[in-house]
Amino acid sequence: MEIPYRIEARPDTGLTNGKLGTWLFLASEVMLFGALFATYIVLRAGAETWPQGRTLLNVPLATFNTVVLITSSVTMVMAWASCMRRQFSRYRMFMLLTVLLGATFLVAKYFEYSAKVHHHLLPSTNNFLAIYYTMTGLHAAHVFGGMVVNGYFWAFGRRLWEIEPQWLANRVENSGLFWHFVDLVWIFLFPVLYLL
Amino acid sequence: MDEHAVDLDRHVRGYLIVFGALLLGTLLTVVAAYWLHLPLALSVAVALLIACFKGSLVALYFMHLISERKLIYVVLAFTALFFLALLFGPFLTDLDAVSL
Repeated sequence: MEIPYRIEARPDTGLTNGKLGTWLFLASEVMLFGALFATYIVLRAGAETWPQGRTLLNVPLATFNTVVLITSSVTMVMAWASCMRRQFSRYRMFMLLTVLLGATFLVAKYFEYSAKVHHHLLPSTNNFLAIYYTMTGLHAAHVFGGMVVNGYFWAFGRRLWEIEPQWLANRVENSGLFWHFVDLVWIFLFPVLYLL
Repeated sequence: MDEHAVDLDRHVRGYLIVFGALLLGTLLTVVAAYWLHLPLALSVAVALLIACFKGSLVALYFMHLISERKLIYVVLAFTALFFLALLFGPFLTDLDAVSL
């Protein structure tokens, strides 16, 4: 059975089904990360002492990663705009850049975690590190998930493009919504964990 | 060039301006944390204010919320309500223990 309203908007909602589904999924993601931010606040507010993130964590590397994720959001939205302009090769270039920037973020994260483990700064060391590993680890898993989806659309997008370019554009917009959400979460994680 | 293409060109210019604003916001966040030497409460307020500004830019322009359908706004209004309840609800149980 064919899923309806993949290309044209559904008349009553004004949205494609995929887009509405993506936003509902993001609403559940807000609650997931919201629970962790609430945990952070409760732990910090109840602690007698709390280390400043910048005394334990690598701020230059995290700043670099912030710039990487922001740049990847721009390349993601440019991939969508190229799709809408019916420029397939430009779309593929921007999508590949998005995936590579995601990979750069994860490589930097690997070096960051390795240095922490090397210095015996583990989740069991204190509550700050426990919530740091939990939140950044969950976020990194989301970056990886977004890379898998974007990588799929980069590698196999031509099939959808040849059937109906707007179908690919809609799906790229939906995966972009997820990617921008991941960027948005990092925009809050960066100051909260690393700077304050 | 048709109207649709002109509209997309305007969008793309907007994305690049937002990109610049996000980079500037990141720089300001780091500068405020390292060099302004603010009291902790004020430092938290400044950092979160900049983060909210950056987050709004991402949501409004990259996620196209600036021109979205009403149903999405309804979904997000409920999400915001539950998110705030989740964030601040725990404090209602033990307000005396809160310190920053």
